[in-house]
Formats: sequence, structure tokens, C-alpha cells
Amino acid sequence: MSHTSAAPVASDASVLLEATGIGKRFGGVQALVDVSFTIRRGEIYGLIGPNGAGKTSLFNVLTGIYTPDAGTFRFEGEPLFNAASHEVARRGIARTFQNIRLFANLSALENVMIGRHVRTHAGVVGAILRDRRTRAEEEAIAQRAYQLLAYVGVAKRANDLAKHLAYGDQRRLEIARALATDPKLLALDEPAAGMNATETAGLRNLLEDIRRDGTTILLIEHHMQLVMSVCDRVLVLDYGRKIAEGSASEVQKNPKVIAAYLGGDVALHAP
Amino acid sequence: MTLLDLTQTARRNVLAAWDDPRFAWVGVVLIAAALAILPFVLADIGTAWVRITNLAILYVLLALGLNIVVGFAGLLDLGYIAFYAVGAYTYALLASPHFNLHLPFWLILPMGAGVACLFGVLLGAPTLKLRGDYLAIVTLGFGEIIRIFLNNLSQPINITNGPQGITLIDPFRIGTFNFARPDIFFGLAFSGPIKYYYFLVLLLVVVIVINLRLQDSRIGRAWEAIREDEVAARAMGVNTRNMKLLAFAMGASFGGVSGGVFAATQGFISPESFVLVESIMVLSMVVLGGMGNIWGVILGAVLLSFAPEVLRYTVGPVQTALFGRMLIEPEVIRMLLFGLALVLMMLFRPAGILPSAVRKRELERRKEAPVA
Repeated sequence: MSHTSAAPVASDASVLLEATGIGKRFGGVQALVDVSFTIRRGEIYGLIGPNGAGKTSLFNVLTGIYTPDAGTFRFEGEPLFNAASHEVARRGIARTFQNIRLFANLSALENVMIGRHVRTHAGVVGAILRDRRTRAEEEAIAQRAYQLLAYVGVAKRANDLAKHLAYGDQRRLEIARALATDPKLLALDEPAAGMNATETAGLRNLLEDIRRDGTTILLIEHHMQLVMSVCDRVLVLDYGRKIAEGSASEVQKNPKVIAAYLGGDVALHAP
Repeated sequence: MTLLDLTQTARRNVLAAWDDPRFAWVGVVLIAAALAILPFVLADIGTAWVRITNLAILYVLLALGLNIVVGFAGLLDLGYIAFYAVGAYTYALLASPHFNLHLPFWLILPMGAGVACLFGVLLGAPTLKLRGDYLAIVTLGFGEIIRIFLNNLSQPINITNGPQGITLIDPFRIGTFNFARPDIFFGLAFSGPIKYYYFLVLLLVVVIVINLRLQDSRIGRAWEAIREDEVAARAMGVNTRNMKLLAFAMGASFGGVSGGVFAATQGFISPESFVLVESIMVLSMVVLGGMGNIWGVILGAVLLSFAPEVLRYTVGPVQTALFGRMLIEPEVIRMLLFGLALVLMMLFRPAGILPSAVRKRELERRKEAPVA
């Protein structure tokens, strides 16, 4: 049909994030080597791998905390090159942290309100004059924050300090704070870590809800049951390299993945 | 119902009454009335006390400005007095015989704020990645650089008149109304300092309102987020660079305005007024009162700026009464007491006399931290 048939598939509207050849080195350690993948709109995309495989490094490179040594990200068809963290958030990628990083001494509500920062506009003049528009915006920020607290199920703790929340609730609060930035892609770094079975089941429902409400999810998780039950597709990293990608059941059967998790060709018993 | 229950109910009622907005308005009216009468009471004791009060209000303004940088955004600034100097020299150069310029004060004060604001950004921009001790060292250096420049910019072109400073600075004037000349209104004698006092109180109210509103706003929350966890703040879309620059700029412009008023009230300024000890003094006011809490900062500034004057008038007589002669100079006693106050504060109220709730929790967290 068209003459530019050689153009890459980046124009495909169903693709939300496209990573090509991402590489990152820390001194002598090659944390990421030529990692490429695409995340489609509306899916839950899993990212698994043994400890030290480079999962969190990939998150940090994606969200502008580190700059990649090689490769590019395209988000909604636009390159995301060397964008600062706050710019990444503005573009629509919000994240949580493996070791929870809430604003510990602020209330749960204030935590989520700060998440609204990037979607609101009041400046110094508005803050000082407190004109009608600023007041309306403040009202809307608080209201949206309450809604999100209710959405993740910690509305009752709205006025408690973030650090006084139970561990599972802190994880949920971090998700609410990330959702407050109106992300198109929500990147969760081990949200089930330290959760008991009931909390994990609740988290699964929350992830399903978030996806249903139109937000794509990138999920790092060690909890295999959770990954296998919610993820549409899974990417497996080992020593910074992509070793497999596919549906949960495909990946599970992949011998490379089994080797990476169980220690490769080292035989446990002598023949 | 036991007696304890009864007292608790009474206490609750009192607290409920305290929250009543009508009660708050009564409080505001009482404070306003007290502030309105104060200069005449002070003038009755001695004219010097009105001047001392004016200087104290200037320190409160400075402390409130520094509180934006240190208390709100959590950036340690040891060179804050430089912005005071910039404001003062802007005023002095544009309203004195030195360049034979005599611009009106309502034009120069905002200009002073603007110039100081520019210097704030100038200091902020290269220090964005620094925190804590490192930032303190750079800001300290900045403060000294400004002072040394003021001291030496008398050659080859005489801009600042060097260590001699600038004299005969214009007082505030609106038409024929002169702030430096005594007048009689409604049968009351309004001396120069009393006129400046009312101007300063007005300025103070404006600055307090700005501070309170900034703190409780989108900007204030962003500063809080940066103080708590900069990486997380950035990941949530807070432009930490701009927000830090804004804190430096806002703090600096308050310093600039105060400096302008200082130049006008004193009529004479020299680099000697802007030494490092002054920066440390303003920082002590913020820390002693309770950084991050506007009312605490005001209290700290009032205490530290009045204490030396009160001592000056009491130490001598008390010693003569007790020992028949003066044994220790007031200045020495002042530093002794100042040191003692800081030690006591660190032991009993490490977050300040009136700490901000969030700041207090942050300090407690640091105490808990080494255990983990």
C-alpha cells in the first residue's frame, strides 16, 4: 500500500512502550545487555528473573533515574530519550519502589496529593492569592486523592502518617500515589513483597481493577503465582539479558527459564 | 463521673471554644490592638526600645525568609545574610547621594527583592545537586564572597564605597510625608522609628500570610516531598530543580526587601553589617524556634533579637547590686547564655521551641534510624 513499508512498527497504536537494545553498565558489571521488548496498551506485562538479573535497573533506566548507555525507549510512539524522572512522570509513566519510598512523615492523603502535582498547575501567585481557580484546584486534588485512597482500599487511614500504615497498606498507598499522576503505564516493583496470602489475593484484584480501568501495568514480581495468574505476557531477564518472552505458560515451560531459576545444567545428583 | 472525667470534659470544652472561629477573630483583634499600642508604650520606656523592636521585626522577616529555604525545602543555607546585603545595597545605591540617585522607596524595595531573587537563583543553580553539609559550605562561601565584593568594589570604579559604607541614605518618603521626621497626628507624637514600626508590622503581616499560604499549597507540598525523599518526589513528577530554585528565589527576595528597609531605617550601611555571624544568627532563630513552623520561627527571632538588649540593660545593674561592681561584660554573658540555650534545646527540644509537626517526626526518625 504505502511506499514506506520499511518503517518500524512503532506507529502501531496498540503499542504503548517499545524498548530497543537497552544497555546499562555499572563499572565492570553489565546490568543490562541489548534488552528489547514492547508493551501493548491494556496488558499486564510481567518482568521476572532471579535476583540481580537487572529488573530494577531496567525500571530505573525507564523512569529516568539512570540514563541508558545504549538503546532507546519509545513511549506512545515518541522517543523517551534521556528524559528526567519528572518528565517521564509527566509523559505518563508512574512507578513504585521495591523498598517502599513513601513520604513517611506525611499523611496518607498528603502522599497521594503530591502525586497530583504533575497534573495540576497552581504556582506561587495562585498559592499566595488563593483565587477561586486555585481553591477549586486544591479541592479537586484532595477529592481525587480521597477517591484513589478508597480505590486501593486505604481510605480509612487517610489522615494517618504513611509510616504508621501496615506494610501491605503502604504498598497500596504507593500504588495510589502513582495512580494520582494519571499514568498510562504503571510500573510496579515487587508490589507483593512481604505480603501474606490474603494481601496478595487482594493485590491481584487491585491489579485487575487497574487494568480494567484502562491503565497498562508493568510488573516486577517474585511471587510466581501472582505473575502467572495476572500477567498477559512475561519477559524473563537473566544476567541483564532477555532469555525469554511470551505468555505465562510458555515462559514457565521454557528450559532456559527453568535453568536460570534452578541453576542451569548443574546436576543435583550424580548419575 | 469522677473528678478526672469532669476536668477532662472541661478541658474539651475549652479546646472546642478555642477552635471556634469567633474566638480566633477575638484573638486577632486583641493582637492587632496590642501591636498598635506597643510603640507608644515602648517610647515611654525609652526611644531606643522602638528602634530595637524595629530591628527585631527585621530579624523576624529574615528568619521567615530563611525558613522557606531551610524549613520548607530543607536546604541548609549559611549565607542567607548575603541577600539582606544585596537588598540593602540596592536601596542604598539608588537612594543616596553616593550616585546622586533618589528613587522612591516603593520602586526600590521591589527592585531590591528582584535583585536578591536573581542572586538567589545564581546561588541555587550550581548547588542543586548538593545536600546537607556540602550545601552549607557552598552557601557559606557565597555569603562571604558577597561581603568581600562589597568591601572591595570601591576600585577601579567606586560602586560600593568599600568598608566606609554608604551614608545619608534616603528615608521612606511619600510626597511630603517623611518617615524619618517626627509628626503629630491625633495629638500623638509619631517619631520616625514609630512610623517605620507600623510599616514593618504591615510588611510582617504580608510576609506571614504569604508564608502560611505557600506552606499549605501545591508548591508547599512539593517542597515537603523534596525534603522527605527527593528521588520519590521526582518520580512523582515534581520538578525538583525548579522547586529548589523557587525556594532559593523566594527566600532571597524576602531577604532583599528586609535589607532595603534596613538601609532606610539606619541611614547608613557598610559591609560590616553582613558578616557570617549574622547568617548564623538568623539560622539559629529558625532552628531555635522550630524550623518549618512559622510561629516557632517568629518566636525564635523575637527571643534571640531581644535577648542581647534585655541583657545589656539588666546584667550591669544586677552585678553592681550583687557584687558592688561589674564582673562580666554583658556581651560575654550573652554568648554564654546563647550557648547554654542551644545546648538545652538540643537536649530537651531538638526540633525547636515550637516545632513543626512534620519536622519533629523527621528528627525522631533520625534518632531511631541508627538502631535499625
